[in-house]
Amino acid sequence: MNLAYRDVRHNVGRFLLASVGLSLLMAVVLSMMGIYNGIVVDALAIVRAPQADVWVVESGTRGPFAEASRIPGDTREAIARLSGVTFAGSVTYQTVESEYRGGKIRLFVIGYELGRPGGPSEIVAGRAIGRSHYELVADRRSGLKLGDRIRLGRNVFNVVGHIENQVNSAGDPVVYITLLDAQKLQFELAPPAARIQVARGAVPEGLDTVNAVIARVLPTVKPSSVAEAARRWKHLAAMTQSEQENILTSSVVDKVRRQIGLFMGLLLVVSAVIIALIIYQMTMEKLKQIATLKLIGAPDRTIIGLIVQQALALGMIGWALGYVLVTNIKDYFPRRVVLEPENAFVLAAIIFVVCLLSSGLGVRAALRVDPATALGS
Amino acid sequence: MSAVSTPERLVSLRNISKHFGEGTTRVDALRDVSLDVTPGQVVALLGPSGSGKTTLLNVIGCILEPSKGRMCLEGEKVYDNRWLRSDLRRLRLDKIGFIFQFHNLLPFLDATDNIAIVLELAGLGSKEANARAVELLEYLEVANRRAALPAKLSGGEAQRVAIARALANRPRIILADEPTAALDSARAGIVMDLLRKLASEQEAAIIAVTHDEKIFDRFDRIYELRDGRLDSGSDRPN
Ligand SMILES: Nc1ncnc2c1ncn2[C@@H]1O[C@H](COP(=O)(O)OP(=O)(O)OP(=O)(O)O)[C@@H](O)[C@H]1O
Ligand SMILES: [Mg+2]
Repeated sequence: MNLAYRDVRHNVGRFLLASVGLSLLMAVVLSMMGIYNGIVVDALAIVRAPQADVWVVESGTRGPFAEASRIPGDTREAIARLSGVTFAGSVTYQTVESEYRGGKIRLFVIGYELGRPGGPSEIVAGRAIGRSHYELVADRRSGLKLGDRIRLGRNVFNVVGHIENQVNSAGDPVVYITLLDAQKLQFELAPPAARIQVARGAVPEGLDTVNAVIARVLPTVKPSSVAEAARRWKHLAAMTQSEQENILTSSVVDKVRRQIGLFMGLLLVVSAVIIALIIYQMTMEKLKQIATLKLIGAPDRTIIGLIVQQALALGMIGWALGYVLVTNIKDYFPRRVVLEPENAFVLAAIIFVVCLLSSGLGVRAALRVDPATALGS
Repeated sequence: MSAVSTPERLVSLRNISKHFGEGTTRVDALRDVSLDVTPGQVVALLGPSGSGKTTLLNVIGCILEPSKGRMCLEGEKVYDNRWLRSDLRRLRLDKIGFIFQFHNLLPFLDATDNIAIVLELAGLGSKEANARAVELLEYLEVANRRAALPAKLSGGEAQRVAIARALANRPRIILADEPTAALDSARAGIVMDLLRKLASEQEAAIIAVTHDEKIFDRFDRIYELRDGRLDSGSDRPN
């Protein structure tokens, strides 16, 4: 017969209460993991959306996501002429804040050339941009509805299509507009400022500036050799798709990871302390019974088993409830929560070890108890 | 003395001493105690508070290590100025049954399982353990309460379940520390009669600490402890 189970069943309400408390902690740990994954997935989704092989940016920068990058718009033609390049397209990236239905929304605006790489990969509702001006395709999370009109900069745009699961690393939903509109939005000065510049005799800065040029190459050509060729222009830097992804995950996401890692570490320590206290408390309440067990001849392993099994049950029930909780509420988080089965298993393994370690305190107390104490009143 | 290893003595103590502490805090709880108990014998230990009765039971039950002396249980030498066995818990499980003043049943197990657990600890399968537990409860006439948790049992019922547990592995040495103190005199008499019946049927030795004069007539022999010294004992008064 299993003493651990019998004892728990006898005090089932309290045991479940402790498990539920623990499960809330586990849920927080799991959602931290999920948020971190979500940030990585979101960041990569934007880099992967244009299905590029090579990124060409301003020399000396690691743009366009990790750093600002500006290059002339005619770079695209130069890149397109490199041998091995099949398609090239200019793109811009910028964050814009706008009024929408009486509130403010932040959008991550991507400008691309119609018919060239850099546009949205899959339209889930509505249609893609068809006209060269004042149409936009928005991520569903922005809340923008098909047919809505929204002012970006000095122009009003029609929402014509929806995409899904594209937000930048800050969580701002993506909208796509044409490159020309995006360039105006990003580089055109407001009319008074422009008049001052003209009055001062400054040559108006060309509007034809972009943040990056992306290129696709023939399957037989190595992206690194194309990047190499692009770097021969002194004002350009180039990197392959995998280098770009590395920059994002290492520099942009790395801080987030360390931050979340620290939180998770703290939470696990808190969980360990709580498990240890609960188990210790449960053991102390049973000291007399443990003394009786020793007196009638139960070996240490029976007593250790009683305590350790309860600790493990507590941890695993807490873990399972926490997992169920997170999978049920993860869609209500403001940021994407991506829970991989591995995360849950890693946490289960950690909790297993934490339970083993924290039951040590209880086990020690139980093994020290003198069987003779069972005889007294 | 060669009598120490004579097999017809279930319990045999020679010059057992036990002291606690040293120097000014030293307490001599047992001084040169020698005692023999034969199969079927029911023995009472009397004495004022602090005279060493519980200490003596703990020594015989292999819960407390004596300071010196020799001890045999069922003819096996277990102590000769040191323990001769390392697995004292196994020895307790096999040879000794304990009955406490308070029943000390495990509160999370019902009456049957409180008995079955010691059988399982001794290696019985759960089915046999259960069957034997019920058998014991029937023997002690509490089988109707077999599924009750200890908290739901009356004092007398709980004590009978506890006795059943003490008997579960058919130990031949039963140690009882004030087994009837928590019971009224009618129930105390029933419990003592039961122990007597056991002693004779199972050829067991029963050593019980008691203050209860009303049950003195249930003992074969009465020993008295004073300041850790055991007198030579007197036969049943009648
Ligand atoms: N663990 C211990 N440490 C120190 N002294 C102890 C210990 N156990 C018992 N003693 C002392 O040994 C002496 C005998 O104690 P014991 O418990 O055997 O008495 P008792 O005859 O059972 O008394 P009572 O009738 O009150 O139960 C007492 O003086 C007691 O204080
Ligand atoms: Mg006592």
